[in-house]
Amino acid sequence: MTSETGIGAAVKRKEDARFITGAGHYTDDINQPGQLYAVFVRSMYPRAEIRSIDVSSALAMEGVVAAYTGADLAADEIGDLPCGWMVKSKDGSDMIQPPHPPVAVSVVNYVGEPYAMVVAETLQAARDGAEAVTADFNELPVVVDLASAHGADQIHEAAPGNQCYDWELGDREATDAAFASADHVTSLDIVNNRLIPNAMEPRAAVGMYEAATGNYTLYTTSQNPHLERLILAAFVNVAAESKLRVVSPDVGGGFGSKIFVYAEETAVIWAAGKLARAIKWRADRSESFLADAHGRDHLTKAELALKADGTFVGLRVKTVANMGAYLSLFASSVPTYLYGTLLAGQYRTPAIYVEVQSVFTNTAPVDAYRGAGRPEATYVVERLVETAARELGKDPADIRRLNFIQPEDFPYETPVALTYDTGDYDASLKKAIELIGYDGFAERKASSEANGKKRGIGFSCYIEACGLAPSQVALSLGAGVGLFESAEVRVDVTGSVSVMTGCHSHGQGHETTFAQIVSDKLGIPFENVDVVHGDTGRSDYGLGTYGSRSLVVGGSAIVKATDKVIAKSRKIAAHMLESTEENVDFEEGTFSVTDSNQSITFPEVAFSAYVPGNYPLDELEPGLSEKAFYDPENFTYPAGAHICEVEVDPETGKVEIVNFVAVDDFGEIINPMIVAGQVHGGLAQGIGQALLEHAIYDESGQLVTGSYMDYTMPRADDMPNFVVDTTVTPCTHNPLGAKGCGEAGAIGSTAAVMNALTDALGVVDVPMPATPETVWRAMEGE
Amino acid sequence: MEISLTVNGTEHTTDVPDNSLLVEIIRERLNLTGTHVGCDTSQCGACTIHMDGRSVKSCTVLAGQADGADITTIEGIGTVDALHPMQEAFRENHALQCGFCTPGMIMSAIDLVENGKPLDERSVREGLEGNLCRCTGYHNIVKAVLDAQDKM
Repeated sequence: MTSETGIGAAVKRKEDARFITGAGHYTDDINQPGQLYAVFVRSMYPRAEIRSIDVSSALAMEGVVAAYTGADLAADEIGDLPCGWMVKSKDGSDMIQPPHPPVAVSVVNYVGEPYAMVVAETLQAARDGAEAVTADFNELPVVVDLASAHGADQIHEAAPGNQCYDWELGDREATDAAFASADHVTSLDIVNNRLIPNAMEPRAAVGMYEAATGNYTLYTTSQNPHLERLILAAFVNVAAESKLRVVSPDVGGGFGSKIFVYAEETAVIWAAGKLARAIKWRADRSESFLADAHGRDHLTKAELALKADGTFVGLRVKTVANMGAYLSLFASSVPTYLYGTLLAGQYRTPAIYVEVQSVFTNTAPVDAYRGAGRPEATYVVERLVETAARELGKDPADIRRLNFIQPEDFPYETPVALTYDTGDYDASLKKAIELIGYDGFAERKASSEANGKKRGIGFSCYIEACGLAPSQVALSLGAGVGLFESAEVRVDVTGSVSVMTGCHSHGQGHETTFAQIVSDKLGIPFENVDVVHGDTGRSDYGLGTYGSRSLVVGGSAIVKATDKVIAKSRKIAAHMLESTEENVDFEEGTFSVTDSNQSITFPEVAFSAYVPGNYPLDELEPGLSEKAFYDPENFTYPAGAHICEVEVDPETGKVEIVNFVAVDDFGEIINPMIVAGQVHGGLAQGIGQALLEHAIYDESGQLVTGSYMDYTMPRADDMPNFVVDTTVTPCTHNPLGAKGCGEAGAIGSTAAVMNALTDALGVVDVPMPATPETVWRAMEGE
Repeated sequence: MEISLTVNGTEHTTDVPDNSLLVEIIRERLNLTGTHVGCDTSQCGACTIHMDGRSVKSCTVLAGQADGADITTIEGIGTVDALHPMQEAFRENHALQCGFCTPGMIMSAIDLVENGKPLDERSVREGLEGNLCRCTGYHNIVKAVLDAQDKM
């Protein structure tokens, strides 16, 4: 029964029926009777003191119901938006966390920062009201350039030199010694370009308040509604957790940008309480560009020390990371625990030392964007490795093989704090080399040259750490929350099943994947399992979806709860079959007595659980619903090999990706169709970073890439067909053997593209994004 | 101003502010929320509908311009029990993830197949250049459109 819909099957998605017919329910599709509309008034200055704000003209306009400033929120003791990860500097001091009021009170620090909110009967009236808000600003010196931000004019009183922290990891002395003894050192100055996540659904919120009960409900575009509720309750002081329900309905993509608690939903839910009316807000795309958390934005000096034969002996990395104007929710962890810890890559580099200085600038906050730290780490390692191979005259595949951690080395403790559980890196590389036809590359290159084109090939053998864990380790390193996940498997009287998870699906297909797991384990039809997510009123608790954690952490919690259901069902079945637990087998949905023909089905047991006539209630409670919390023992370590082949038109500088192969080891796979889709999307984002996307602030602090006319999103005709495949080494420490697949595409691909492009051009580096102009200039030696 | 338009086969006459956009009428007056707003500036294509048989981006059409028009939205092309071949192809080929761009993508793709030359991979990519998707990398969307072309 389960073979077509069970674990490992490419089942078509449950969620598609509503999405392909236009019946999805996204936040902006939700309307409440008598709802008001909110529009935010945003700073046009990158940095200014607010002398005064005048909302009186707005309030006098027809349809305007209220106009609030930061002072109004502060008067109600609405707290700052917090950062949830305390990073410590080298000297042991805490990072600097400057005040971050949801609506600016005395200063604005980036273009787009909200300083007032107008609420009106119609969206048009709210827009007109927002236009009528006037403010007197005193412009202050602006800090935009990342390289010179440290030591520029001080943005926050609490942050001398605009420094948030100066962090280190690894053994500096051992690394220096390795460099002193090395035969060769490869050095690169690397810019990891700033990106804007651009989920297709803009952020939105509908806030509601019931005066008679004091209950708040917030519909919002969140990847983690329980965490949103926790922060709004515990830090922002909107309401007690028990009085606040956060619902994250269908969400149109996240890619990290919807993890964070933002100003807008905070102000909306607060104002809904003030006015006791429903309030709706939806970002215009220009607001998304200005005020969604951005991603990446690193400057790095990286050096790899090698022996003459290509063996890596040391890696030294110094990075400056942009935090933007304020610390967003997980901003501090991205260039540290999600970056520095990944610098061993797939290699046995014995000595690694990394320093990361993070600084404030007058730009939008920067936080996790698909991959979060791991793409930046992979880019550093894989650009270095490829460059070193070229400098030493080695084949890029051979130099990697020479340095790979070998299957017999696991568990492998890296010099940067992680213990990899399992992997077979050469298996993925070998398969990728076969799929791209590496043997035939020289011939294809010659053929391109005959056509006046330059052709190059580039490798990237990435590793990532997913399912951030375990809680106690994360907490000891500064995390503000645990990193477990919860699940409830609720069996109905008639045997249908609802699965409640604390993870949230915004494209990942959890409703399908999680149903496959439960139907497979319980031996019941896939159609009989419904997955419920995204509602603090329906599932107990959860940490949401990011960091490729849903299957490996959330799915493991579901397995644990399902096992509890099976254990209790077995006890009931034993009574019904007049046997003992030990003698009752469970297979494909049927309980049977060992060595007999007596059996009973799972739905029959479920019915009896709720109609408890035939088992002793002093031993067993009625009902069949089980909960579980799962805290992982370790990260999971997906890894793989991406190979890209590009062709460059020397006349125009246009780069075409002519072949792209990704072979990934995600451990065990539940739904290969969904996994391939996740890889495709990640590849497009990684390739987008390499060739197209760049968030640019000009020197005066204005975002000049604030629309789809200026910020180059990957479009259908920019992308190649992808060849994706997998290898499998099961994760050793979770019940599914799964490693997670959500970010791999974005992590591995960027370096593969840039390695291919630099190979084609015969240059050391080309800045990203490698637009035709940039490539043409690189060819001209500029 | 008063406008009359046929939407998914039903005629509507409604009084709208002069500056109303067609997408606002579709979403807010008619409560057809399958048509999405992703950028407000006709660059992302999430709001694509059919007006008199051709795909248009409804966020940059004034409601007044649609007076007398025959409009079809994603809700008008098929049902869960009787899907349009393009809808079916999107599901079969896993051509959607978060679903937000999907209605607009399907409406553009139908126009592409119905009103253009026979499609190959390149021409599908070029034809869908006005519809952004951040989830799929377009790989499976291209497959789905070529698949649907054979069945339409």
